[in-house]
Amino acid sequence: MHFGPHLLLAALEGLVTSAVLALTALGLSLVFGVMRVVNVAHGEFFMLGAVLAWAISTAISGHPALGFLAALVLAPLIVGLIALVSERLVLRRLNYNPEATIVATIGMLYIIQQLALTFYGPEARPVEPPFSYRILLPWFGYSGYKLWIIAASALLLVATWFVLTRTKIGLVMRATQYDSETAQAFGIPVDRVYAGVFALGAMLAAVAAVLIVPISQAHYLMGQDPLLLSFIVVIIGGLGSLRGTVVAAVLIGLSDGIISVFFSPTLAKIIATLLVAMVLVFRPQGLFGTASR
Amino acid sequence: MKEASPAKAYTLHLGVIVLLFTLSFVLPEYHHGLLARIMVLAVFAMGYNLLFGYVGLLSLGHAMFFSAGLYGAGLAVIHLGWSVPAAFAAGLACGALLALVIGLLALRTSGVAFMIVTMMFAQVFYLIILYFAAWTGGDQGLVVPQSARVLVLGDTSLGLTDPTVRYMSALVLFSIVLLAALGIVRSRYGRVLVAIRENEERTKMLGYDIFSNKLVAVVVSGTICAASGAAYALLFGYVGSTFASVQYSILPLLWVLLGGAATTLGPLIGTLFMYYVVDITSGYTSAYLLIVGIALILLVLFFPRGILGTIRQRWLGWLP
Repeated sequence: MHFGPHLLLAALEGLVTSAVLALTALGLSLVFGVMRVVNVAHGEFFMLGAVLAWAISTAISGHPALGFLAALVLAPLIVGLIALVSERLVLRRLNYNPEATIVATIGMLYIIQQLALTFYGPEARPVEPPFSYRILLPWFGYSGYKLWIIAASALLLVATWFVLTRTKIGLVMRATQYDSETAQAFGIPVDRVYAGVFALGAMLAAVAAVLIVPISQAHYLMGQDPLLLSFIVVIIGGLGSLRGTVVAAVLIGLSDGIISVFFSPTLAKIIATLLVAMVLVFRPQGLFGTASR
Repeated sequence: MKEASPAKAYTLHLGVIVLLFTLSFVLPEYHHGLLARIMVLAVFAMGYNLLFGYVGLLSLGHAMFFSAGLYGAGLAVIHLGWSVPAAFAAGLACGALLALVIGLLALRTSGVAFMIVTMMFAQVFYLIILYFAAWTGGDQGLVVPQSARVLVLGDTSLGLTDPTVRYMSALVLFSIVLLAALGIVRSRYGRVLVAIRENEERTKMLGYDIFSNKLVAVVVSGTICAASGAAYALLFGYVGSTFASVQYSILPLLWVLLGGAATTLGPLIGTLFMYYVVDITSGYTSAYLLIVGIALILLVLFFPRGILGTIRQRWLGWLP
């Protein structure tokens, strides 16, 4: 294959990564933006989404699309419920203290990971894609499902953007993010907003995982890379900024795809992580964010 | 915190050291070996505690200082054939240098950003170890040959593989660091650190240079952790990338939280307790990370002060 088609393939792969990454990182960013909580267990919610997708799609017989659709609806709901319960039981009691919540979410990470290992096992298991249509380009065939991932997550991102900026719920969330005390004084149930945002953040990660699982595989350790990449995206995009998150996800996903095709993946990760740490040190508000209040 | 009477505090600490010394002759072989390991790791926890407990800086990347000592000492023995003292010094130097660089960068941030930045630097360090697998052994790690782990003092040579020598070396390192920690905490400098933790703005206003005080704390903390890592490589003869992974940044945090942050003996108690909990439960289940997770959540929810912190608050106000 020549350089041009090779680059195109790398870019397409990168776009798929970006699409999934944008959803996952958006969840992390929302939770941080509104609640000021760094959710280290975010990657585990992603993993739970994938594992549940496997469980649901194997439980439902018939056409693979049926099981997949059920997983797409049910898995995020279950993950959201788990997040809601853990928020009520742990985070709320810590008064959302930033340092205590980091330690607590590290605890959640270990618990979820071990439970997944115990009940799901150490194997990586595939989920059958809902359809297997190959689009034939002049140089290579490309999975239609992967393109569908890009479209689906773009749709979900637009929907989230719409909810955040054009509805009452979004207004309430933004008010809480801007100044939770004043919001409380105006009768906004800040406490319930926090619970909802935490569940929503986890659900976004779970949806992303359900979308990606037919082309990767469900595994109990699969949450680690998305967590690190989401951190990177959220930091580069500016903490709590939706537009920044999406732009950064596309940037990171594309460069990750292209760099990993041409260089060693470990080297790519070293460079990316180091660059991001430097961004955080020298430009804490992110490349696209505005200075913090 | 009440004004501590120096005599009481020093008696207690010397008592703990004497107790550990006596235990060496009493303990059965298995627990003897375990306690030697715990003392070395308690040094790691003490280094962590200096920064987390006293300055209030929560780092999620201390595994890199531990493994800087581990690899600094281990690789010097394996690839360069250095003697034990020289290798130990090399480990310390690596840790101190790394801590200086990381401190200069990471201290520009604070709060949550500090945690994430330290975690990311530690991740880079971990990936670098994997990337240079030709020298570091990658995720397989390397074994430090037994023949090289001999400490030559004058005419006598002590094999560090011998259980008694190993235990006593661990005890010597532990005692030095424990007494040094007590000294630092009781010194003028220790009080400045606590003042920074309690109110950074006010301490600044009183004319203290916050940045350089914090930087010294990061370097001292990093060097102590590197000492622990270097001792681990030389005493137990294994150098591996697991020690650089995120998990080994979380463990000292857990040990310190459990034993009691900002107490001098807390790190030892936390390490001892957690090590035995994991040791005992691993007889029943392989899911020891589950225990770690539950312990972390229960601690932050119900015992944010840890074991010694609670004791100090309730009964023994003089506890350092």
